[in-house]
This record gives sequence, structure tokens and C-alpha cells, in this order.
Amino acid sequence: MITVNGSPLEWHPGMTVAEILKVRNYIFRMLVVQVNGDLVKRGTYDTAVVPDGADVQVIHMISGG
Amino acid sequence: MTIAYDYKTRTSYTAEAAKERAAHKTLLQHAFEPSLPERGYTNRTLHIDLSTLTVTEKAVTEQMKEIFVGGRGFGLWYLWNAITPKTKWNDPENDIVISPGPLAGNTQYAGSGKSLVVTLSPLTSIPVDSNVGGYFGPLLKFCGYDALEIQGKAERDVVIVIDGPKKTITIEEAPDENPDSHVAAEVFTHEYADNEKDFVNVSVVSAGKGADHARIGCLNFSWFDPRRGAVRLKQAGRGGIGLVFRDKKIKALVVHGPKMKADMNRAVNFERTSKVGRKLAKEIHDLDDQQNKMRAIGTAHLVEIMDAYDLLPVHNFQYGKHKDIDKISSTVWQRRFTQGIFDGCWYGCHMACAKGADCHKVMTGPYEGHIVTVDGPEYETAAGLGSNCGIFEPDWILESNFYCDTYGVDTISFGTACAFAMECFQRGILTLERTGGLDLTWGNGRSHVELLHQMARGEGFGVIVGQGVKWMQEYFAEQGWGDLPFMRDIGMQVKGMEYSQYQSKESLAQQGGYALTNKGPQHDEAWLIFMDMVNNQIPTFEDKAEALHYFPLFRTWFGLMGLCKLPWNDIEPEDNAKHGKEAAKVPEHVYNYLELYAGITGKEMTPSQLIEQSEAVYNFQRVFNLRMGMGGRKSDWPPYRSMGPVTKEEYESRAERYDQQLKDLIGVDPEGKSTEEKMALHRAWREDRYNKLCDAVYIRRGWTNNAIPTLETLRKLRIDFPEVVAVVTPHLR
Repeated sequence: MITVNGSPLEWHPGMTVAEILKVRNYIFRMLVVQVNGDLVKRGTYDTAVVPDGADVQVIHMISGG
Repeated sequence: MTIAYDYKTRTSYTAEAAKERAAHKTLLQHAFEPSLPERGYTNRTLHIDLSTLTVTEKAVTEQMKEIFVGGRGFGLWYLWNAITPKTKWNDPENDIVISPGPLAGNTQYAGSGKSLVVTLSPLTSIPVDSNVGGYFGPLLKFCGYDALEIQGKAERDVVIVIDGPKKTITIEEAPDENPDSHVAAEVFTHEYADNEKDFVNVSVVSAGKGADHARIGCLNFSWFDPRRGAVRLKQAGRGGIGLVFRDKKIKALVVHGPKMKADMNRAVNFERTSKVGRKLAKEIHDLDDQQNKMRAIGTAHLVEIMDAYDLLPVHNFQYGKHKDIDKISSTVWQRRFTQGIFDGCWYGCHMACAKGADCHKVMTGPYEGHIVTVDGPEYETAAGLGSNCGIFEPDWILESNFYCDTYGVDTISFGTACAFAMECFQRGILTLERTGGLDLTWGNGRSHVELLHQMARGEGFGVIVGQGVKWMQEYFAEQGWGDLPFMRDIGMQVKGMEYSQYQSKESLAQQGGYALTNKGPQHDEAWLIFMDMVNNQIPTFEDKAEALHYFPLFRTWFGLMGLCKLPWNDIEPEDNAKHGKEAAKVPEHVYNYLELYAGITGKEMTPSQLIEQSEAVYNFQRVFNLRMGMGGRKSDWPPYRSMGPVTKEEYESRAERYDQQLKDLIGVDPEGKSTEEKMALHRAWREDRYNKLCDAVYIRRGWTNNAIPTLETLRKLRIDFPEVVAVVTPHLR
């Protein structure tokens, strides 16, 4: 299990940031992703593997309005 | 995308322009000496009284600049001095103030062509401010004025012309021109430009026939788009300013400015402004395609994003997504907008998001068969005229977008007001008999547009919708058609203004972001849904209160300066992520604004001083509301639909979410409970949370528990003028 923006998400080995974004339907483009406090660079979401128990922050920039 | 049609094809309206101009009768001609600003200010305001036909100038004092800064601040200060607590929107003393702000008109930094319009609103009976693009404000400034203040009423339709090159201000009766804005803006541009090359130096403010009859009337500000060979429009949409404008019998305001050059603001340090502007231009050039694609789609890029996050208003904000979203998503609009053409609504705006849908063949009404360029739709318009009314046909959205604009009707208020009427129709509060035969079933685009035609003709049910949601709620109740408390629950208005187009049920901070505003629920104060609902960045009441302190004040600053908000956070530096949770503030862009401000005005400022500039004006506006009889905690209370599910259908459409919330957040097992019981539990919990949010926000803002700025707050902000203190004091006892 991992937490994404404070709520739990089922984890599996090899899970990537891109998968998390897909599962959560986070289609917004202006995102900042941190895994256990470490920044994940844009363009690496497909290969960035998330460990079990990770605290994942997917910060959506404001945009809108 | 290759342009596959001739985007310059459109119906022309200038054949009779010379004849129409010849019919003008000059009521007043006033000579003036134009001047350019120094450090962003001209230090003069132009005052026009249409009742007495007088033109005077007022000095812009150092105290005004220190406290009220410009733009919205100047507008509020002039309005305060022009009216009394008893003034109504249609009294002659009501002002319309247009002020561009000290940074407006610079061509170095994207989004610097805004004007702020302030008046006493027919919708809310309190001051309204509306931020608009187009060239009018900057050209007014480059004629020599930091603000234009119009009082009084003309006897017959007039055009006011401020002509810098000719050094004259004229008031002319203009009996023959068609007031509808796509016509009026083109005709008056042709009438007052010296020649075709001079079209870009003319801007026209107008409101069409709908604004004659609708409290949701807006103003259109024009600019000439030389690539299309078209006069384009941007709207000062909110608060019914168009109705005030037409009540004063103004058919058009025309400014004819000098030929534009790079440094018309006469900045203290032009290179400093250029440097920071070039940096932003490069960001937009390099990153926009990967980020929001503003240059290709404008704000319409948000349509499917809002749907994906259950935030799109559907059927009067009942739901947050719809199965037909693909029919009005950004890819559709990208095809409709002419691509490969620069769409800035002011010089130097590389954001270029003022998209135009060319070659729309009008399907209904007086312009049926005409070929027009539709300015937009922006996100708000696509959602308001589209999903919120169940309309998922782009042609009908473009049709109502076009008619809203040309008739001078605010697309946001119209969308929300129609959605309310359509839900009333759904629930039997309205019937065919009561609407005069109009079928207001969800998705009926033809009826939707017919409401606008009726508004423009001043007849039928369209005029009723044009009075806005609050008026309709009371009218329907008076007629015995519906239950007032229920209509208040579903009618999306606060303080008399209609909501803009975001679903806020699952974001407490955004509920406050809408309802705790000064003028009414417009997202230009605070848009906190992602921070709150998605990111879970501001979990406590105090966190939300801090966001509801910082962001409304930061956004207020754009309105003081004459800037557009979009280049702040619809593009971000490549390394913005390094700021972590502070990234939402886009710190590097805040630094840019401080550089721009210092470069033009010569005044260095810190980020906290920027916030303090806004705070004084923001609190002044709150006191102004109180002065006009609106204020206190009760005026900040939202309709329940913005907080939670009003109806069984709403609850049951998201039953899994709501039941889970009962377990996790409210501590109640939903098993065995009826939907009505669960809804009642939710309502009690959600209303209690909103009250606690208000408590925290009022403390953070330096207000009493009844939302009154304290004397200490007024003193700290240096707005403890005797007349301000006199308004507040009785409420502090």
C-alpha cells in the first residue's frame, strides 16, 4: 500500500509514477510529483518506480480561473 | 494546423458608416492636452458628466497612488466619493470608472493590457469590479488619463470620443448606429480612425441590445486584429455593468490613441522591464505546448480536465462530469479556432490566448446567415453555455457565445441563470405556459439562444432570465411557482451574482473562495480546488484560511496594476517544481512582477509589500459593501448546492463517495439509513465546516467574527479615514 495525496492506493511491484497518474485519472499537465519527498522529474514518470509504503505527492498547480 | 478556410471572410457592417456618422449631432467638444505617463502614471483622471455635459480633469494625488494604487483601487475610490449609501445603480450619480493601472500598456511583459471597470452593480447593489482586455485602457492612458469616470445620464444615445491625436473630447448624439457590439465596434472603429492603418489605434467600448434589458449585461472592449482584418471583443462581464452603461444612454465610448511605441509608459528602467519580459516570453515559447497549450486553445483547455476531476458544472452544478464531454473538449475547440495566428488582446502578449472561431455562420436571429468571428469560447463560456445547460453541440455554444457578446450579456451569468431556469423546468417549477412556450429541457440549444433574442427585444421569458438568479428566485416564489428555500439551495448565486463555472462541493476552500469574495462568486479571487481537494495541501481550517488570505490578495494585485492573471500561473518555469508546496505561488513569476513594477514605477517592493498593497484595497471594498447595506457573515453564506448534494439524484449519483465520507469523516455508519437521512447528516456536517472556515478566515483577515474589518486592521492598512471608520464603528459595538 502507498499513499497518494494523503489517501491509500494499492501497490504492486514495479509500479510507476505514470501508472499512479493513470489510476487516479490525473490528466492535468502541470504537475509536481514527489516520492518520499524526492522530486520526480517530468519525462521520467514512465520509468520512475515507486516503492511499497511510499508517500507520493502529486501537486497540481493552480491554473484555472 | 493549416488554415483550411479563408479566416478573413466575414460579414461587413461599414457600408453605411459615413452616413451614420453624418447623422451625429455634437453636444460638446472639449479641447485637452494629451500626455504620456511618467513611471506608469499620467496623474490625471478624466471626469465626464452626461447630465450636465461637462468635462473636467481631476488630479491623481500621491495619496491615491500610495493607498489605492490604480485600476480597481482608483475605481473604488472614485465610486466611494461619487455615491451615497442610498444610491441605486440607476441613479445619475452612479459612476462607471475605467482605469488601466500603472503597469498596463507596457508591451514588454505578457498580459499587460487590462482595464478595470468599477460601478455600483444592478445585480448585487454593491460595487463590482471587472477585469477586461482589449486596447481601451492602455490607449486611454496614452491619451493622458489614468482613469475615466462617467456620471450622469444623457437624454439620447451618445458616443463619447476621446481623441488624443486631435486633442479633443466630444460627446455626440449617435442615433443611427446599431448598438450590437460586433457591429458597433466595427462601425465606430471605421468612423474614428484616420485610415485603415490607424484602426489599431482605436478601441470601442459598447454594450448591445441585451444590456438594455438585462441585469447581467456586460461591456465589450474592442481591439483591431490586423491579421484577420477584424475588430475583436473582450468582455467586462461581471455584475451588470452593461445595463448601467446603457441606462446612461451611452452607445459607445471611443478612444483614439497615438501610434504605439515600445515604451509609452516611460518606465524608469526600460531595460529592466524588457529583460524580465523576454524571460517570460522564452518560457511561453519553450514550454506552453507541453503545459496548457494556451496559444492553441486558450483557457478552453480546461474543459476535459474539469470533467476528469468531477469539477465541470453539469445541469446547474448538480454533477461534475458528463458522458458527452468529448463533443465539447479542447480538441474540438482547437479545430474551431483558427490556428497559426497570433491572438494577443494586447501588444506583446505571447500567451496569445484570445482565441477566435472564424467563419461561424449565424443560425438564428437578426444576423442569421451572417459570417462572423466568435471571440472564444473560453473555458467559462464553454462550461456555462455548454455543460451546465446540458448543451454538448459546439455550434449552439458558438451561437450563444456570439449573441451573448454582441447583445452585451455576460456569458458566465447567462450560463448559470439559464442552468437554474432549466433545472426549474426539469422540476416543474417552470412549465411551457410559464416560459411563454419555450422548452427549457436540458440541451435545447435553440431555446437557449431564443432567450437571448427575447432579452435583446425586451420581451418574454428571456427578460426574466436576464434579471439573474436571485431575482428569478424571488419572482418564482412570488408567483407561487416554487418553494423559495429549495430554489435558494439550487440557485447558484451569492450576494446576487451568479457563480462562475466550477463545481465546489468537494473543496471547502473553494466554497469560501467563491462565497467570501467581495463582489460575488467569481473565480478571479481564489481558485483553490486543486490545492484543497486534489493535492490535500491545506487540510486544516487554518491552512485554508491562509490560502484564502494570500491568493485573493495576490490576485487583487493584478486588478490594481492592469495585468492579466493568466501569465502568472498558466505557464510556469521549467524548474518551478523545486519550490515544492510553494510551487502553486509560482515564486519566480512573483519576482518577475516585482521587477516589472520596479522597472516601470521606480519603486522597489518585497512580496509581502505586494500583498499589503492589495490588502488595503480589498478591505476598503469590504467596508464599501457594508456602507451599501451588504456585509456581515450572512452575506458570505453560499447556496447549499455549492457545499453538497441538494437532491436525492445528486447524492445517489455519487453514493459511494458520500457514504464513505459518512464513515470516514463524519463517523456515522450509513448502513440502513435512507438517502434523505444521509443527506441531512451531510448537510449538518458541511454547513458546520463552512462556519468553521469562516471563523478561521475572518481571524486571518483581521475581521470580527461577523466579517467586519476591525479598527486595528483599518489603521494597519492606512485606510482609517474618518468616513471609513464611521461606516465600520456601529458594527463593532
